[in-house]
Amino acid sequence: MSGLADHLVILPIILPLVVAAAMLLFDERRRRLKAGLSLLTVAGILAASVALLYDAATGPAGVGAFQVYALGNWAAPFGIVLVADQLSALMLVLSSTLGAGALLFALARWDGAGPRFHALFLLLLMGVNGAVLTGDLFNLFVFVELMLAASYGLVLHGSGEERVRAGLHYIAINLGASMLFLIGVSLIYGTAGTLNMADLADRIPDLSDKVRPLFELGCAILAMAFLIKASAWPLGFWLPRTYAAASAPVAALLAIMSKVGVYALVRLSLLLFGPAAGASAGFGGDWLLAAGLATIAFGTVGALGARELTRAVGFSIMISSGTVLAALGLGDERALAGALFYMAGSTLAAGALYLLAEILARDDREDAEDSSEQVFADEYQDPFDQETREDAIAIPLTVAVLGGAFLACTLTLAGLPPLAGFIGKLAIFIGALPPGGAGAGWSGWSTVALLTLSSLGVLICLARFGVAELWVPAEEPSPMVRPVEFAALAGLIGAVLLLTVLGGRVMDYMDQTVAGLERPGEYVSAVLGAEIR
Amino acid sequence: MELILALGIGVLVASGVWLILRPRTFQVIIGLSLIAYAVNLFIFAMGRLRVGAPPALTSTEAIDAAQYTDPVPQALVLTAIVISFALTALFLVVLLAARGLTGTDHVDGREPSE
Repeated sequence: MSGLADHLVILPIILPLVVAAAMLLFDERRRRLKAGLSLLTVAGILAASVALLYDAATGPAGVGAFQVYALGNWAAPFGIVLVADQLSALMLVLSSTLGAGALLFALARWDGAGPRFHALFLLLLMGVNGAVLTGDLFNLFVFVELMLAASYGLVLHGSGEERVRAGLHYIAINLGASMLFLIGVSLIYGTAGTLNMADLADRIPDLSDKVRPLFELGCAILAMAFLIKASAWPLGFWLPRTYAAASAPVAALLAIMSKVGVYALVRLSLLLFGPAAGASAGFGGDWLLAAGLATIAFGTVGALGARELTRAVGFSIMISSGTVLAALGLGDERALAGALFYMAGSTLAAGALYLLAEILARDDREDAEDSSEQVFADEYQDPFDQETREDAIAIPLTVAVLGGAFLACTLTLAGLPPLAGFIGKLAIFIGALPPGGAGAGWSGWSTVALLTLSSLGVLICLARFGVAELWVPAEEPSPMVRPVEFAALAGLIGAVLLLTVLGGRVMDYMDQTVAGLERPGEYVSAVLGAEIR
Repeated sequence: MELILALGIGVLVASGVWLILRPRTFQVIIGLSLIAYAVNLFIFAMGRLRVGAPPALTSTEAIDAAQYTDPVPQALVLTAIVISFALTALFLVVLLAARGLTGTDHVDGREPSE
């Protein structure tokens, strides 16, 4: 094998880490240099992720589909491995696309609102990428903590009372969740004797009846930690408030963070508790279904009651997490593939909506403008850099363009045709209600009913904001949009449209992904049998 | 020894949980620290309690694994200590910022109305 291509798997982790560390050496005034470095890095991660996705989509099926990277060249159960499969590649592309959009938007002015924005931004991306690539439970903890530590700094970016207040709750809740994470991981180690995910899956069928309850307890506690991060009801009350308080590009990036919890739940429950797990097979499935349905219901009610657009988007992120959890709990391949499709579309749309909400809020009220000006007037704003900043321009038909973007996001989040969300939701419905109507129990019907209701709720809520923000007779001038901000928005909406246009092929990819996840034996033999070079 | 360790972890967690449910930010941070200590002890205990058994091999000859204690939980504890310490320090900064901006040390940033 060629040398460099082997190391593609670690690139999305090592690149942001090195650049973020190097960035600390530069003064805050060299913002142009930092912005260029971040842009190049994110472009590099995006390219590597797309290459991995391409490999995963076109590579051989079965054991060969897993790219196993042994860190330090230690063989699997003893050393730590990175594993890139279809699900990991999907998450990588999702996080780097969202990251590129958020970064472009931030370059217009938000990156100047506080210190070390770019370093924290890259570290957050690194944490997300590491968490979706690692094949070791404790390593997963370390990457999740890295991601959270960077997000604590980013939530407070721009300062202000509301951000600090929401950030305080966010940090306290996540520190508590980390403790649950550690208790779960150590219980699993204490009972099964390994932290390597593949080795763990291998050992579960042979666990003695004496330690099995303890092992399952450890897994349940671990799942609690992930459910908090995925903001499942009743553990997710922190999400809408924190995301609404964060600055727009940060909120857009945070949209991927709750999906890391979802990713971990999908990965671990299918790997560890598949049919091959003996007495533990299917552990926790009913609970996940119940938590998912409750999250969808809570998110719908919350979105209907939201009085600010940013809060409503937060609730729609909860709905999207709940959809994947419910589909996972249903245990149907088709439904899970559809839910992953819906997750990809809705995460991108939610990120774009956070950016839109900030643009629309600019002309809203005089005092709102004042408070955001205050943020930019702090000590980190470099006076000599003013003239190099691009001035806002009035794009022709600004309101029409913004309205079109808003419409695309609404349709995707609500899951209405013709956009990506609909394809995902349709696949969930087909999976939940098998053809012929036989076998669809209360769980399938209640999933379909709740998803339909949530579509209606999200549609009503977002249409209400759209009318209020975009359809009112314009007395004030239309909001000024800077070219990079417009490019960021266009990129995210373009990704959603691409997802729609390539719907058939993406759906095939999701089907392959879920089919691969349903055969944990291949993952195990790929990791444990990986040759050391 | 098992009883003492279990009691110690239990008392630390109980105190910590009580403290993080209190309304003042300082109580919350002390509570989180106590829980972090308890969790670190718990991870250590998951390697089984052994007295006088070294975790590292000293020779390359064939050894009897029963003479040694499990080194992995000790390495995990080290990482967990560093991470929880760093994040507690970060939380302390946010706590002070919140106190400065809101003028109160209540976790909600305002005193409950009587």
